[in-house]
Amino acid sequence: MSTTAVNFKESATQYCHDLDHRQRIKTALTGYEVKRDENKARFTSWEEARQIAAEIKYEVISHLDQYLELFEKNLKARGAHVHWASDAKEARDIICRIAQENQVKHIIKSKSMTSEEIHLNEALEKNGFDVFESDLGEFIVQLRNEPPYHLVFPSMHLTRHQISETFTAKLGSARVTEPEQLTMIARDIMRQKFCLADMGISGVNFGVAETGMISVTENEGNARLTTALPRIHVALMGIEKMVRRMEDLAIFLPMLATAGAGQALTCYNTLFGAAKLPGEPDGPEQFHVVLLDNGRTAVLADAEQRDSLHCIRCGACLNVCPIFRNVGGHSYGTVYGGPIGSVITPNLRGLQDWKHLSFASSLCGACSQACPVKIDLAHHLLQNRRNSVKEKPPAFEGLLWHGFSFVMQKPALYRLGAKVGGLLQPLHEFVKGSALDPAKGWTETRETPQIAKQTFTQWWKENRQ
Amino acid sequence: MKVTLFIPCFIDQCFPDVGISVVKILEKLGHAVDYPTEQTCCGQPAFNSGAWDQARATARQALKVFRDAEVVVSPSGSCGAMMKVFYPDLFKDTPEHKEACVLANKTWEFSSFLVNKLGVTDLGASFPGKATFHDGCHGLREMKVQREPRELLKHVRGLELVEMKPNDTCCGFGGTFAVKFPMISTAMGEQKCAAVAETGADYLISLDSSCLMHIQGMFDKQGKQMKSLHLAEVLAHNL
Repeated sequence: MSTTAVNFKESATQYCHDLDHRQRIKTALTGYEVKRDENKARFTSWEEARQIAAEIKYEVISHLDQYLELFEKNLKARGAHVHWASDAKEARDIICRIAQENQVKHIIKSKSMTSEEIHLNEALEKNGFDVFESDLGEFIVQLRNEPPYHLVFPSMHLTRHQISETFTAKLGSARVTEPEQLTMIARDIMRQKFCLADMGISGVNFGVAETGMISVTENEGNARLTTALPRIHVALMGIEKMVRRMEDLAIFLPMLATAGAGQALTCYNTLFGAAKLPGEPDGPEQFHVVLLDNGRTAVLADAEQRDSLHCIRCGACLNVCPIFRNVGGHSYGTVYGGPIGSVITPNLRGLQDWKHLSFASSLCGACSQACPVKIDLAHHLLQNRRNSVKEKPPAFEGLLWHGFSFVMQKPALYRLGAKVGGLLQPLHEFVKGSALDPAKGWTETRETPQIAKQTFTQWWKENRQ
Repeated sequence: MKVTLFIPCFIDQCFPDVGISVVKILEKLGHAVDYPTEQTCCGQPAFNSGAWDQARATARQALKVFRDAEVVVSPSGSCGAMMKVFYPDLFKDTPEHKEACVLANKTWEFSSFLVNKLGVTDLGASFPGKATFHDGCHGLREMKVQREPRELLKHVRGLELVEMKPNDTCCGFGGTFAVKFPMISTAMGEQKCAAVAETGADYLISLDSSCLMHIQGMFDKQGKQMKSLHLAEVLAHNL
C-alpha cells in the first residue's frame, strides 16, 4: 500500500470515530441543504440548466485550444500579460519572477484552490515574500497552518470557539466568540494588509474567451480589494476554466452560487479584463494571467475522463458525499477532496499513489446527481479502479478474482462451494471477531447473515421443476 | 408472459424467501416463471473492484443463461443495475457488446417490472405494522426506481409507511467497500440505523437485500430490535 493510502486510512479511521466532527459537518451542511434546494427551485428547470451547462462545457473542452488562444489574444489586446505554465513549478516560478522583477514585498491573496494545488504560498514565502490570505476561511486555516478543509468552505470543520482560540493564540486577540466580533478582528488586520500589499493574487472562476476577461466570484469583497489596491494583479487559472462568451455566465454564475453555497448569486461577481487603462483613476498597473496545465491536457487526451475537466469547483459533490462527510476534508491528503478529488487526483498526481481514493467509495452516485455540469463522477471512480488494476494487478486480490470468476463460470462448482460454505459456517463462530477471523472487516461491527438450509435453487428444484 | 428470474447469488444462498416471494407474486398474477438454475453471479464484486476481465468472464455466464429470455426480472436494484446499466460498459469494444445491450434492455428491477411493465400497484397484500423504506443507491440512481416501491406499499393493507430523514443517503454497504473501508462503511451504517430508528418503525423494507444485510447486521450487533424485509416478502406476506 502506498504511503498516501496508509495516511488516508489512518486519518479516515480517526475521523470516522469522531462523533463531534460528524455532528459539526452535519450542522454546517444542514443550512446549506435548505438554501440550495430553495434556490434550485428558483430555476425554471434545474435539470435543464444542468444539461445546458454540461453542453457548454462539452463544447468548450472539446475545442479548448481554440478558446484558450482567443482568450489570450483578447487579453493581450488590452495589455494584459499572459503566461503559460505546463506544471506547478513553472507556475510558481512565473509568479515569483513577477514579484521579484517588481520589487514586491507584501502579497495579498484572495481564495484560490489552484494556488493551493501548486503550493504557491510556500514557494513565495521561501523566496522572502510576506503572503497573506484575505478570504476569512483561508485566513483562519493559514493561521492554523492547515490546508483548506473544503473547496468552498475552507474552515467549515471549525467551531467559532476553536476559531477564537486560534485568534487568541496567534494574534493575541481578546477571547471573543461571536462571529461578528471574530470577523472584526480579522478585518482590522486585513485592512492594514490590503494597504500594505504591492501584489494581489486571485484565482479565476471563469475565463471568458470572447471578451478576454476573467470572472471572480466571492462573498466577502476581499477579492475586489485584492485585485484593486495593489499595483500588480496576478490571476492564476486552470486551463479548464474557460467559457465561450459573456452570456454563458448567465447560467454559470447562478449555478455556481446555488450548487456551491446555496445562494441565488454570490454577493460579488467581478469581471477583470485589463490593468488600469489610460484615463482611469484606479486599478493595478499590471495585470497578469497565469494559465496552468499541470496534468490537465493528459486528462483532455483521455476521452473517457475528459468531462472531469468540466468541473467548476463548486463543491456540491463534496457536500452530498457520505464519504466526505465522514472522513473529512483533511483525510484526502490532497488539495481537491471529495468525489471530484477522488476522480481527478489519481489522474493528475499518479494512479498508483492515489487509486485508494477511487476505491474509497460506496458508489452511491449522490455526487453524479449533484454535479451542476453533470460529470459522471461515480462511473469515473469505476474507470479509475479498472485502470489501476490493469496497470498494476494487485497480487493477492488478483488471485481472488481469478478464483471467483473460475467458480462463477461453473454453476455446479459454485453450488458445491456454497454448500461447503454453509457446512463450514458454524465453525466461523469459533474465530468470529478474533485475529483469525477472515471476515473481521465485516464482523467487527456487523453480524453475518446465515447461509440458508435450503437455498432458493434447492427450493425451486424441489417445488417447481 | 414468461418471466425469467435472475436471483442474485447471495439471495439464493442467504435470503431464499425473497426469491420464493417473487415466484409466488408473479405466479399469482398469472405469469409463467422460469428460473434457469445455471445462473451464478452477475460479476459485480469483481467489476467494482476493477477486475473487469474477471467480471466479464463471469458476466458471460449470465449472457449465456439469459440469452433466450423474454424479460429478466431481478429482486435487486444493485445486481439489476449491474446487468441493465453496467454490462454495456463492461462489454464495450468486445464482440458481446450487442448481446450485453440486448440483455440490459430486457432486464427489470422487480418493483419497476410490476408497476411499469405489468401496470400492477395493488397485489391485495396485507401486512400490519409500521415500516420505513430504504432506497438502495443503485436502484435509486442507476435504475431510477423510487416511486414504484412506494406505490406498491401504499396499497398494502394495514401497513403504515413512514419516510426516514434523509431517505436518499447511502447505508454504507457498497459491496467490497464494506470490508475494504469498514470504518467508513460502519460510520455511514450508524447514521442509517439512527435514521431508521428515529421513524419508530418496526420494519425496514428495501429492494436490496445487500443493503439490508448490512443494516440488519448492524442492528443485530448492537442488540437493537429491527426486522428488515425485502419488498417482495411484504407483498407476498399473505399469499
